[in-house]
Amino acid sequence: MLDWLIEPLGYGFMWRGLLAAVMVGTICSVLGTYVILQGMAFFGDALAHTILPGVVIAYLVGWPLAVGALIFGVLSAIGIGALSQRGEVREDTAIGVIFAGSFALGVAMLSTVRSYAVDLAHILFGDVLGVSPTDLWVTAGLGAVVLLLVYFFYKEFLVMAFDPTLAVVLRLPVKTLRYLLLIMIAVTIVISLQTVGMALMLAMLVTPAAAAQLLTRRLPTMMATAAGIGALSNVTGLYISYYINIASGPAMVLVATAVFALTFLFAPARGLVWRRLALQTA
Amino acid sequence: MFDLFPRPVLHDATAPALELEGVTARYDGTLALDNVSLSVRRGDQVAVVGPNGAGKSTLFNIITGILKPQQGTVRIAGSGPDGHICVGYVPQRNRIDWRFPVTVADVVMMGRVGKVGMLRRPGKRDRQLVEDALSEVDMLPFARRQIGELSGGQQQRVFLARVLAQEAELLLLDEPLAGLDIPSQEAILRILSQMRAARLTLLIATHDLNQAAEQFDQMILLNRRVVAYGPAAQVLTTENLARAYGGQLHVLHTLTGDVVVTDSCCGGGEPPVAQLVGTSEGTTDRVASS
Repeated sequence: MLDWLIEPLGYGFMWRGLLAAVMVGTICSVLGTYVILQGMAFFGDALAHTILPGVVIAYLVGWPLAVGALIFGVLSAIGIGALSQRGEVREDTAIGVIFAGSFALGVAMLSTVRSYAVDLAHILFGDVLGVSPTDLWVTAGLGAVVLLLVYFFYKEFLVMAFDPTLAVVLRLPVKTLRYLLLIMIAVTIVISLQTVGMALMLAMLVTPAAAAQLLTRRLPTMMATAAGIGALSNVTGLYISYYINIASGPAMVLVATAVFALTFLFAPARGLVWRRLALQTA
Repeated sequence: MFDLFPRPVLHDATAPALELEGVTARYDGTLALDNVSLSVRRGDQVAVVGPNGAGKSTLFNIITGILKPQQGTVRIAGSGPDGHICVGYVPQRNRIDWRFPVTVADVVMMGRVGKVGMLRRPGKRDRQLVEDALSEVDMLPFARRQIGELSGGQQQRVFLARVLAQEAELLLLDEPLAGLDIPSQEAILRILSQMRAARLTLLIATHDLNQAAEQFDQMILLNRRVVAYGPAAQVLTTENLARAYGGQLHVLHTLTGDVVVTDSCCGGGEPPVAQLVGTSEGTTDRVASS
């Protein structure tokens, strides 16, 4: 059993991949709690797609992909925030317009490159085993900043998520905090781009947090549980992909999905099975 | 916009708790409040009544500062409303996600967030205030429960504890009794009368004219404009009701007294209720809403 776990670590790409998987799983899941509690899943998915032009430009110019993605992620987070705040366009409509348009621009730009298909697959589905030491440092640095912000603005973000009107009534700097959260989500997406890619990124944000919500009753424990589920699912998924030779990103997402399915059925008191049992005994 | 550390404003103890002057506001393109002026003394408990779309929610949103009026001024304790963190509010029940992972104590502590300030943690005094507020509303034994595990009346009490912990002075309650059973309503009303003793100023939006008349000192009859404002006996006259409820209301003169029939409803999808309203003339108005 131990050999089974240790053997893959003989390869540098494998332990780098595992390290990235753990970090990404942790950071995404923590921020994902706010994403699901505020019903921002669609926003998160859209934001992941809108950064494509930034990634492509960085790729064409030869910059680190994260730089282009970060610039575009922050810009589109602010753009969506501004467009929906004016109230003339519904927020989900604004997101839809920017999301599709930006994604199309990215694909159009990428299609000028000869290795179009390979590059697109890489960007859409990630390649955790291709993580470089530099990528790891970038992930660690940006992730630390995001987690510190979550910690320092914990009570403000909690109020904004639970009762946005109270946040206004208490005169919290609601706009600033909202943009800060959007930018933090953008950064998180950029971090996980290399690992699972654009198409599956949403699972990193949403799935572990959704499972954790069924298991916990306070936000700090929900965040910790989500982080644990995210990191463990990613590691398990990576091992599975190594041994049965399937793509690593989908493997990680499938493990997290399985964990969610199990909690949905068996979570104490709130799982489907328990509620059925309670109904029968009542 | 990037003001991370706003400074709370000071109160003028001699000024009314709340003053509106010529406030006109639009909401979703329609005129929701038209030249509304009123002044609420400190410690008064004022019911805000009126038909659907009368502007009750808009009025509250303007007082909290969520909406800015197109014209007119709002003053809270002499200044404002920007910078005041003394406005407490109890949300309508359907605005809250009850699955949210917070305990009762967490919800009440949210009231302290404004006073604790950015980048700081709640201290001993904040925790004490939360505890005091919870025991004030008889919810201390439930402090560690998740908010969704409580009954509707208990949840409402938790939100009242939150405004107490906030040390709010002007409280806005939007339909605080809607959908609650009688014992829960009574528990809430008891807490509201304790708040009167503490000289808190309350504005309560409600559809229940009867309860409004019985429980609260003053009444504002609103229909975009202030139709009448004063003690319930002066406000609830057939003329005033007819002016406020307009086409939604019909006054019938019968042998047993005036019957007022209205088909306005509460938007909450509540079943039709028939209520009896006593007026100053001693006649009985029957208000049936559907």
